[in-house]
Amino acid sequence: MSMDWFKSSKKVAKVSDEERHVRTEGLWVKCEGCRQVIWRKDLADTLNCCPKCDFHFKVDARTRLKYLLDDENWIEHDAGLESTDPLGFVDSKSYKSRLAGMQKALGMKDAVISVTGKLLGRTVNVCALELKFIGGSMGSVMGEKITRAIERSIKDRAPLIIVSASGGARMQEGAVSLMQLGKISASLMLLDRAKVPFISVLTDPTTGGTTASFAMLGDLNIGEPGALIGFAGPRVIEQTIRQKLPEGFQRSEFVRDHGFLDAVVKRSEMREFIDKSLTFFLGPAA
Amino acid sequence: MSEAQNSQRIADLQKEMAELQMSSSGARARMQELESEMLKLKGEAGENISWERVKLARHPKRPHSLDYIQRIAPDFIEIHGDRNYGDDAAIVCGFGTVAGEHVMIIGLQKGRDTKQKLLRNFGMPKPEGYRKALRAMELASKFGRPIVTLLDTPGAYPGIDAEERGQAQAIALNLREMARIESPLIVIVIGEGGSGGALALGIGNRVYMLENAVYSVISPESCAAIIYRDSSKGDVAAAALKITASDLSKLGLVDGIIPEPPGGAQEDYDRAAEFLQTALLSAIRELKGMTPEQLITQRCDKFRKMGSFFTE
Ligand SMILES: [Zn+2]
Repeated sequence: MSMDWFKSSKKVAKVSDEERHVRTEGLWVKCEGCRQVIWRKDLADTLNCCPKCDFHFKVDARTRLKYLLDDENWIEHDAGLESTDPLGFVDSKSYKSRLAGMQKALGMKDAVISVTGKLLGRTVNVCALELKFIGGSMGSVMGEKITRAIERSIKDRAPLIIVSASGGARMQEGAVSLMQLGKISASLMLLDRAKVPFISVLTDPTTGGTTASFAMLGDLNIGEPGALIGFAGPRVIEQTIRQKLPEGFQRSEFVRDHGFLDAVVKRSEMREFIDKSLTFFLGPAA
Repeated sequence: MSEAQNSQRIADLQKEMAELQMSSSGARARMQELESEMLKLKGEAGENISWERVKLARHPKRPHSLDYIQRIAPDFIEIHGDRNYGDDAAIVCGFGTVAGEHVMIIGLQKGRDTKQKLLRNFGMPKPEGYRKALRAMELASKFGRPIVTLLDTPGAYPGIDAEERGQAQAIALNLREMARIESPLIVIVIGEGGSGGALALGIGNRVYMLENAVYSVISPESCAAIIYRDSSKGDVAAAALKITASDLSKLGLVDGIIPEPPGGAQEDYDRAAEFLQTALLSAIRELKGMTPEQLITQRCDKFRKMGSFFTE
């Protein structure tokens, strides 16, 4: 099917790539699942899932919150927290200027938004990770914001939901970011003790230290369809074992079938799934 | 100063450092001064100390967990298996007495010759290794026995089978459940502290690093491959990543630095083990009086404070 489209488009379109880019930018998007071209406008009506094959497109943290919560009357927490650049790290550019660039482009200080809002009438604390912000990587700010969200959940007994999209710990903060895995996980032990539910939603991609800490520690771990979920990235594994990885390796369905996700749930059914789970744990929303 | 005076001073500094190890975090400042003085005496100041440390931490003759265990707990009994899938030789678990103290010892174990390296999977654990370690820690917790973990790994094994059996989940669970352990938990980085694969045994009431150990979120070579597109620039990345014991101490991520014999632990296993034992025993004696709840609170608070951020 994808080949058909490819051939016909070649025949018809004699415009340069650049011209086509300008003409179609923002209007069309090619589905990674079925290779069909889709009106971006149509995607808005389907929660950014392909109307033809149900491929789940990546969405940013704010959109994620809109999809999950009843309305946009949420309270955002700790929006002003910023990293101090503890190592004075410089690669192709300084970490400080990288942060400044990201902050300007995305209108947020770091890679996570932490809010309190309503999900089908129930008060919940939600942290949504922003993949566009240095790969959704976890540094001091994410460590602190998630830990504060956990503490908020312990204090007000509101369930915690973390929606992950992250490549793991943030290299530019070195061992400081590594320790955030420990900081968050130890706080989750206290949440567990307090018997307040924690739902972990893993979206494409969730790897490295993010998977190897809070993302795998939910009372329920829920994956979106087709999301890449793992510890080591596929390229690292291929380099280690020097062979091609099997089809579907480290995708949500694979991770579920190996026993590490409770369920793979479509974006359109996520709210109801979480609500039913929380109702089982706590009873209906007050 | 003459050469003889010089080496006498180095020996004195090392002795004082070993003793400081026993005291609280207030000693950290003095430790820094001692170390910088020692670096000057050794003529190392100004060189790429970080990369020298990486080489020492990976030195082929560097003592591994079992070398220390033999020396500090001659009556050590090894226990095997995660009661679920199998036994992972990259992590050694067991108990013994260290100067009269009953201790659960958990060590990440690299191999020395080729056969041993393969057996130990180059010190890269699989999920069953982490699960075995957690089982051993919970066993010690149940009976109130202190635990020491010895960290020395390039990282958790990145392979198909490890992924299939839940490498990420195994590490995550250890991070959370180590916080819940009811007995004293002491972590010592003896060689390579390779990212999450090391931290999975790293949540302690006390965290120490050997003088030439490194602890990093990513290997210097992998970091160099990302930022310079050249994995041979590991030396430059090592310095940028701030991975040495004194770096981590300055960042407030470890409680102390355990000195090594002159030239590194590989030069004198007995003395290296002696320093390690001194630090371990003083930590055990410090923590022994605490209740399970106090130990849990202290451990959680310690990690709670890690991080570096501000609000405008
Ligand atoms: Zn599609």
